[in-house]
Amino acid sequence: MEKNKMRLVQGNEACVMGALYAGMRFYAGYPITPSSEIAEESSIQLPKVGGKFIQMEDEIASMAAAIGASLAGKKAMTATSGPGFSLKQENIGFACMAEVPVVIVNVMRMGPSTGLPTSPAQGDIMQARWGTHGDHPIIVITPTSVKEMYEFTIRAFNLAEKYRTPVILLADEVIAHMREGVEIRTDIEVIDRAKPTPGEPYLPYQLKEGDIVPPLASFGDGYRFHVTGLSHGENGFPTNSVEINNALIRRLNSKITDHLDDIVEVEEGYTSDAEFLILSIGSTARAAKSVVNTLREQGIKIGYFIPKTVWPFPEKELKECFKTVKKVIVPEMNMGQIALEVERVAAGQAEVHRLNKVTGELFTVAEINDGVMAVINK
Amino acid sequence: MGKRIEYQLTGSGGQGLITAGIILAEAAILDGNNAIQSQSYGPEARGGASKAEVVISKDVIDYPKTISPDYILCLTDEAYEKYGKENHKNGIIMVDQSVSIEDNSNGVIKAPILSTASEQLKPIVANIIALGFIASYSNVVTKDSLLRALMDRVPKGTEEMNQKALDLGYQLAEDALNAK
Repeated sequence: MEKNKMRLVQGNEACVMGALYAGMRFYAGYPITPSSEIAEESSIQLPKVGGKFIQMEDEIASMAAAIGASLAGKKAMTATSGPGFSLKQENIGFACMAEVPVVIVNVMRMGPSTGLPTSPAQGDIMQARWGTHGDHPIIVITPTSVKEMYEFTIRAFNLAEKYRTPVILLADEVIAHMREGVEIRTDIEVIDRAKPTPGEPYLPYQLKEGDIVPPLASFGDGYRFHVTGLSHGENGFPTNSVEINNALIRRLNSKITDHLDDIVEVEEGYTSDAEFLILSIGSTARAAKSVVNTLREQGIKIGYFIPKTVWPFPEKELKECFKTVKKVIVPEMNMGQIALEVERVAAGQAEVHRLNKVTGELFTVAEINDGVMAVINK
Repeated sequence: MGKRIEYQLTGSGGQGLITAGIILAEAAILDGNNAIQSQSYGPEARGGASKAEVVISKDVIDYPKTISPDYILCLTDEAYEKYGKENHKNGIIMVDQSVSIEDNSNGVIKAPILSTASEQLKPIVANIIALGFIASYSNVVTKDSLLRALMDRVPKGTEEMNQKALDLGYQLAEDALNAK
């Protein structure tokens, strides 16, 4: 009877399955729709594997708790939506500065403010990059399916551990709430943070030759070290030294920008000869794919470009497309955020056309098709 | 089954149509097809008109929502007004006997789903009768898979009643097809 290994799983549920596979043992959150099932499912599953689930008093505290748990050696996650994501920003900045691995899931709903709860939107793309202040590094990945909710959550933990950084899984309501057939892979590599070598002197922010980031000791393992949001030297204590600050900020950023080939992921279709390109993320990308497949059958030279890592933005990969692409259409469930990056990368090499929807509903296939045809026929 | 088949199961919040949609999608997966289930949330989930969507296809499903539903089930007047009417030209509309429709000539199919549930079993299994009805009428998932998916979802001790409900749904579909 077993025709395949597919199971019907909800996006948010798949996220928790991925987190547990990756080794999540701590979740702190303040439930908010459309992410609430992540908290709910974590509260059911974590106690079964010896993990801890805490519902905190608010989003600020839950972000802090996740950071604390990570510094104590546990893989930690929190999940939220727009209003809660705003509140978490201060502590996300702390985690960037203190280089604490942690996964933040933001299931986007319609904003600003409390907006339309449980209605899909993609308005947090710039906030995910620049929501917290200062020149901080960040990795933001964007799933388009339930399968990717599972696999990208694992990837989020892996990237967080490898680069000692917060990683944001930026989903939208459609992907989080839909149920889809998915084969739950159990052959995905799990990366754990580098730990100090026992017996050797340890400085929490001393980068050794050949390493990507300094190893991270766990509080409770016997190492005495200091963690602060202030600019700090290799020993972790605050400093006002201009040289040390300069080196720190440059190292924090280059640990990401030096490894773009590892971090940046893109799904492309028909781009090798495309004159027209649809660039989109999340659930919008699924509508876009459908449109491209149909238009290709009609002989129109169109392709799709789906950033699966939206930050750092896949600049090199997109530039490659401009060898043939003359017009890009950027459908987004916002007033135009990714389009800004596309315009920057295109730098006049191709026309960039925006297609924006802010009704709190997913694009229909017809809406994208009509928008694209208007651009093609212009 | 080659092309994608789309369902909308509509009624009022609490009638269990989302559960019915999940079971339908699970059955499709057990059959070896692709399936996506989604729903409308928000105020609609707390009474008022509610909608569950299921898309089934042999091929990869890109767009996850219904584009032009092939089968629209409406269990209440409000759901018919909101979801049934607008889709009249595109798909087969199925309504509960209690739903008042102005135009009966347009191929709208009526079935006594809610009354069968309350008279022969319990009102709570109306969603499973509806599931059996729409699954049998559309003939996209196999009954074996549907029953298996149903048994995986229902609470212990209610298996027999739910299986009866599914059978009643199949019977109602047969009656409807014979009446055509």
